[in-house]
Amino acid sequence: MSNTLNVNDHLYEFHSPAGTTLAETLRDELALTGTKVACAEGHCGACTVLVDGSPTLACITLAHSVGDAKVTTIEGLREHPMVESFVRSDALQCGFCTPGQIVSAVALVEAKAVPTRDEIRHAMAGNLCRCGAYPKIEEAIRTWQD
Amino acid sequence: MARLIRTEKEVEGRYEEVWLVVEEDALQQWPAGARSIVGQPAVRVDGLERARGEAIFTADLRLNGMLHTAVLRSPHAAATVGRIDLTPALALPGVHVALGPGDIPQLEDDCNYEGVAVAAVCADTLAQARAALAAVEIEWTVREPLLDADEAVRRGQYVNDGPRVRERGDFERGLAEADVVVTGEFTTAVVLHNSMETHQAVVQWVGDAVEVHISTQYIWGVRDTVASGLGLPPDKVRVICHYMGGGFGSKNEPDDYTFIAAELAKRTGRPVKCALTRREENVNSGNRNATIQRLTIGAKSDGTLTALGGDFLNAVGWSGWSSSTEGPMQMLYACANVKTTTYGAKINQPPMKAFRAPGFVEGTFGLESLLDELASKLDLDPMELRRRNYADHDAADARPFSSKRLMECYRRAEPHWERRHEVRARSTDTVKRGVGMASQIWYGGGGPPSYAWIRVGSDGRVTVVTAMQDIGTGTKTAMAQIAAEELGIPFEHVTVSIGDSARGPYAAISAGSSTTPSMGPAVRAAAADAKRQILEIAAQRHHLEERVLDLKDGNVVSADGNLSSPLSEVVGLLEDAQILGKGARGPNPTGMQVLTFGVQVAEVAVDVETGEVWVDRIAAVHDVGRVINPLGASSQIEGGIIQGVGHTLSEERLHDPKTGRILTSGLDAYRLPTIADVPEIISELVDEPDEHLTNLGSKGLGEPPIIPTAAAIANAIRDATGADVRSLPISRAEMLRALREAELRAKEREKVGAPAGV
Ligand code: FES
Ligand code: FES
Repeated sequence: MSNTLNVNDHLYEFHSPAGTTLAETLRDELALTGTKVACAEGHCGACTVLVDGSPTLACITLAHSVGDAKVTTIEGLREHPMVESFVRSDALQCGFCTPGQIVSAVALVEAKAVPTRDEIRHAMAGNLCRCGAYPKIEEAIRTWQD
Repeated sequence: MARLIRTEKEVEGRYEEVWLVVEEDALQQWPAGARSIVGQPAVRVDGLERARGEAIFTADLRLNGMLHTAVLRSPHAAATVGRIDLTPALALPGVHVALGPGDIPQLEDDCNYEGVAVAAVCADTLAQARAALAAVEIEWTVREPLLDADEAVRRGQYVNDGPRVRERGDFERGLAEADVVVTGEFTTAVVLHNSMETHQAVVQWVGDAVEVHISTQYIWGVRDTVASGLGLPPDKVRVICHYMGGGFGSKNEPDDYTFIAAELAKRTGRPVKCALTRREENVNSGNRNATIQRLTIGAKSDGTLTALGGDFLNAVGWSGWSSSTEGPMQMLYACANVKTTTYGAKINQPPMKAFRAPGFVEGTFGLESLLDELASKLDLDPMELRRRNYADHDAADARPFSSKRLMECYRRAEPHWERRHEVRARSTDTVKRGVGMASQIWYGGGGPPSYAWIRVGSDGRVTVVTAMQDIGTGTKTAMAQIAAEELGIPFEHVTVSIGDSARGPYAAISAGSSTTPSMGPAVRAAAADAKRQILEIAAQRHHLEERVLDLKDGNVVSADGNLSSPLSEVVGLLEDAQILGKGARGPNPTGMQVLTFGVQVAEVAVDVETGEVWVDRIAAVHDVGRVINPLGASSQIEGGIIQGVGHTLSEERLHDPKTGRILTSGLDAYRLPTIADVPEIISELVDEPDEHLTNLGSKGLGEPPIIPTAAAIANAIRDATGADVRSLPISRAEMLRALREAELRAKEREKVGAPAGV
């Protein structure tokens, strides 16, 4: 069975069997390993991608359910100023949660360019960071346009 | 000259006698204070590739022909495999090999905790491997698990030789001399590391050698353990870890998954990956064990400590080690009479592993909480009580400290401490506010051996080569700063090559707050060696004496200012030749105790009706010697405090009290702090080099910040409410219990203290 996925404005053919998650297809079949999987159960946010602009947990989304929607992964956001802002603010330590954090942060600032502290904390609460880069993540999102 | 010595080596508070070849460290320390690169904030050298999702973690490796593994683990806390049949698994599509108990030592049929590896299957895809695993037929004989640590001690069931007794002076006499005695029982829960990248390895055989890609904190330790486990010469084991997604102490060893992958790779002739799932991770990759601490403090009415005593019970699990939970009581204060007994209870629970200052986090919670109870009994300012009992040398083993600036930490913490009056005044009838403090003591001196090489190319750019790992602490960046500083070249001209045992010399473990203090001096020594060679060449080129030359801002300069020529011009003469510098970590100062210190001040709000606790603000002041990168350092402090807040308020591994099975293996049930739980954090470092320690004077910072957080929060709760919390995490139930107890105590006092007839 072959299907297509629109990822970062590129049309990919994929062959994963039904039941494969979007995260598995992205990582294992399309070799887009920027999207991380840390829990595979929808509890940590590491696998966050955008589906038609909305932050979506790729580990609990089935690849075949995406259809024509546009998927944006960290690979499609590499030139976004948010990436540079994370680095500048030291908003990452090990960096494993970081692609997911950045994808969520981009979705947030697309909706509201200058979010308040509470809006940041609300929007980002689903992205766990065990290294505890949170204060700097907050700073990166506050200062991303600098 | 290389010198052979027999010395004590400390990792995570555990000492070992080892032979070491050390090379003398001939370099003078830089004067105190920030320099042009060292001591200035530096953005992570590998930040961009991590942020862009380009960094290839072990989890991201996709080798040609790579097979995937699923591991059958014991679902029981105590059970024996009666019968196991792997053949149904082998019949399923995509399956290559199945291993069972005894095929390798890491697969067992006698299981004494949940999560023991029993069997493993590898297949073309992970889904196939899992399906095959489900087809394995297995019968268990289940035994009743021993889960109660106190009961294990009663039965004399220990993970080590028995209780560890440490005594100085005469504890009983100290108690008799005391004007006031306080006692308390404190408990701490099991907490889980939860590194975002789970434990995993990809193993492939290349001829008679094996390549191990692994998410690890210790490339060289993995190399040695794999070599001895597989009966190979260490040089036939290549260990690679370029990026890793967190470890916090849990990834110091290769563990079962690496050996499973190695065996499957051998049998299939293919690269094999074995990765723990999040649920396996939270059962079987280690934990900070629970403790019970029964503590006594005796003091004179002026606050002078006369006796410190404690029974410390580490509920270790089936194996592991009994951490120095007594360490803070032994080391933090000057007290002549101290007696501690530490028990390592062996129970049917998964083994502990080092977790960011093992023992000291737990022990500091007990000691520093009870010390505040003493302060309130004596009506003494808690900060003043600590100053009065300041230790000016290591009382536990009578050695001087190489440096100790805890008094300076207290001084700098004063403005935060002074806020308590204003914070308390903001309390309402239902929400009480208060401020608490706690001190920190820990190791963090690092040590030899550790080596680095420096390669200077003819374009004047420099590569630092050493086979260390950067587990997210930013050591790679710190090494670039040190090399650039010593060589007088721009930070951007330095590349750091790490992460591969085949491509660089031995480097220290990233545990015990030791990477920077171990590796930094070696990198500086290597840079100095390269610099000496560059100046030798420049002297000949410019017909000047070497001693009048120096490197500055990327130029070779002469003392009289007449010469300033770009480094690339001098080394450019060499074309394809390269300058190679090498450096080794010198010894730690003999006869001295190298430790780190600090203090944290927490502000909390407690809803006395619901028992909810909020941490509003934490100020941290630590003394870790010279600071290399203040930006990265502040991130480490924040990270440590946030983990500390998690341990204090929400994190707890729960198990079924009857079967012993872990109930919180998923991240829905195990409550990690989120961004919404983070208090305002203010951090400050004393930043004075330790004049006795290496050519840098730097100590480690990975662990210190997590140590005092729980006690500072508990003490702030006491300040706000008068309630003595005694167990971590401070759940609402624990908070309400403590509030009720405080209320009863107040009523008692009223009765006793009330004048007759009123
Ligand atoms: S990996 Fe998808 S939410 Fe954790
Ligand atoms: S940076 Fe390590 S988990 Fe977020």
